[in-house]
Amino acid sequence: MKGNEAIAEAAINAGCLYYFGYPITPQTEISEYMAKRMPKVGGLCLQAESEISAINMTMGAAASGARAMTSSSSPGVSLKSEGISYIAGCDLPCLIVNVQRGGPGLGGIQPSQSDYYQATRGVGHGDLRLIVLAPSSVQEMASLTAEAFDLADTYRMPAMLLADGALGQMMEPVDFSLFKKREVPEKEWAANGHGGKRKKNIINSLFIDPQELENSVVARYERYKKVEENEVKYEEFMTDDADIVLVAFGITARVAKSAITAVRESGIKAGLLRPITLWPFPKKEIGALADRARAFLTVEMNMGQMIDDVRLAVGGKRPVDGYTRTGGIIPSVDEVEDKIRRMAASL
Amino acid sequence: MTTTMIFAGSGGQGIQFSGKQTAKTAMHQGKNVTFLPSYGPEMRGGTSNCTVVISDGEIGSPSVTSPDIAVVMNLPSFDKFEPRVKAGGLLVCDTTMIDKKTERADIDTLCVPASELASENGLTGFANVIILGAIIKKTGLFTFDEFLGLLVGSIPESKAALREKNEKALRMGYEF
Repeated sequence: MKGNEAIAEAAINAGCLYYFGYPITPQTEISEYMAKRMPKVGGLCLQAESEISAINMTMGAAASGARAMTSSSSPGVSLKSEGISYIAGCDLPCLIVNVQRGGPGLGGIQPSQSDYYQATRGVGHGDLRLIVLAPSSVQEMASLTAEAFDLADTYRMPAMLLADGALGQMMEPVDFSLFKKREVPEKEWAANGHGGKRKKNIINSLFIDPQELENSVVARYERYKKVEENEVKYEEFMTDDADIVLVAFGITARVAKSAITAVRESGIKAGLLRPITLWPFPKKEIGALADRARAFLTVEMNMGQMIDDVRLAVGGKRPVDGYTRTGGIIPSVDEVEDKIRRMAASL
Repeated sequence: MTTTMIFAGSGGQGIQFSGKQTAKTAMHQGKNVTFLPSYGPEMRGGTSNCTVVISDGEIGSPSVTSPDIAVVMNLPSFDKFEPRVKAGGLLVCDTTMIDKKTERADIDTLCVPASELASENGLTGFANVIILGAIIKKTGLFTFDEFLGLLVGSIPESKAALREKNEKALRMGYEF
């Protein structure tokens, strides 16, 4: 199954009944799949007139307490940013999928990870965070979609699945029976009228009184703190004795794994820490590795964005270098291998 | 064991189909497998390629620079991928479309005039399937029957002619 299709099927399995989209390469298969499947499960797939409409429709559906999602690729996600900020300000759970392509501007259509900053820092105005999940296989495109809905509902906040064009387009086997479902809280806050039997809920992100606004933001950050304490996800690969620790997410983590396996054959002790949640970032875990490893290397399809988070986590204890390709180019295993060898030689 | 393959040719030659069918058959063998297509304007013509990785273990990068097997069905693809085949690897050519021969001594070649065979036998558009038949015979990656089963299995019963043509083309390549 294609990665994009796996996202769509997993969302439907997770009880998502509302999908709003607008076509853009390389994620259009999500819309296509939803258009075919949603009517059959009693859900709604609607192609909005723009990305901006799609995100605001998602907000409306989420406000009613339904599981709702939208998807796009980089330039389209920029268009959605205002809506995402409103959704965060309204404390609404929903899923936003970004199957990244090269940027800035219209950029290109080939795979990229250059929206890392956008996803983890500046996805919209105001003090806000998104839970950001970074799949690395088609299986994870599915499992993390399900997990994103559960996390969003648990913490009453939007979640983003940050994939890339390669993961969206590639095919791998997927097993949909492998997911664990979480117990999620009742949506007592939902603005669904409650059959007129009790007081209406109001969902709002406007607070004219600064003190009131500060209180609402501080309360939200208390929840963010819980996410940071409980929901960090990552994978470690051969880090136990590693001198050089690579940090990579998504498709580049797989390139990194191949490169590590290759350099290990010539005795270079390299390992990988793969963040699965980009926010919350596995900073404690990377910090702990900084006590035993001698150097760090990020592998990214951007000009070096996650490297900032790795440097913060390493806290100046070890050198942190980056191997980056951008514009839609996937770094090759040979290039990464070569970079590791050069680093090992200078240790 | 890991086998990496690149299929390349012109849009419309069934390059993506060949890759997908190979990946699908490997999946049914219980192997780990990735299929990475080139996407974008290719589906409207121009060059098209895809990468298939088949492995007993976990697959790292689905993107491959030097494949074990390169299947090229036009000249630009030959020029691009012939130098990249891993030493000891296999280069598969549709010689109707490619009038060059490799000068590399460190790789094995499989030359099939697939497009010509196809047009001579009422199988126009099935050159890719002929090539697939030749590959499975040469490499032993799959048995003829398991490959054929999935190939015709995906075609509805109502399209009997299409099933027959696929089988005929696969057999022609296999027996080439």
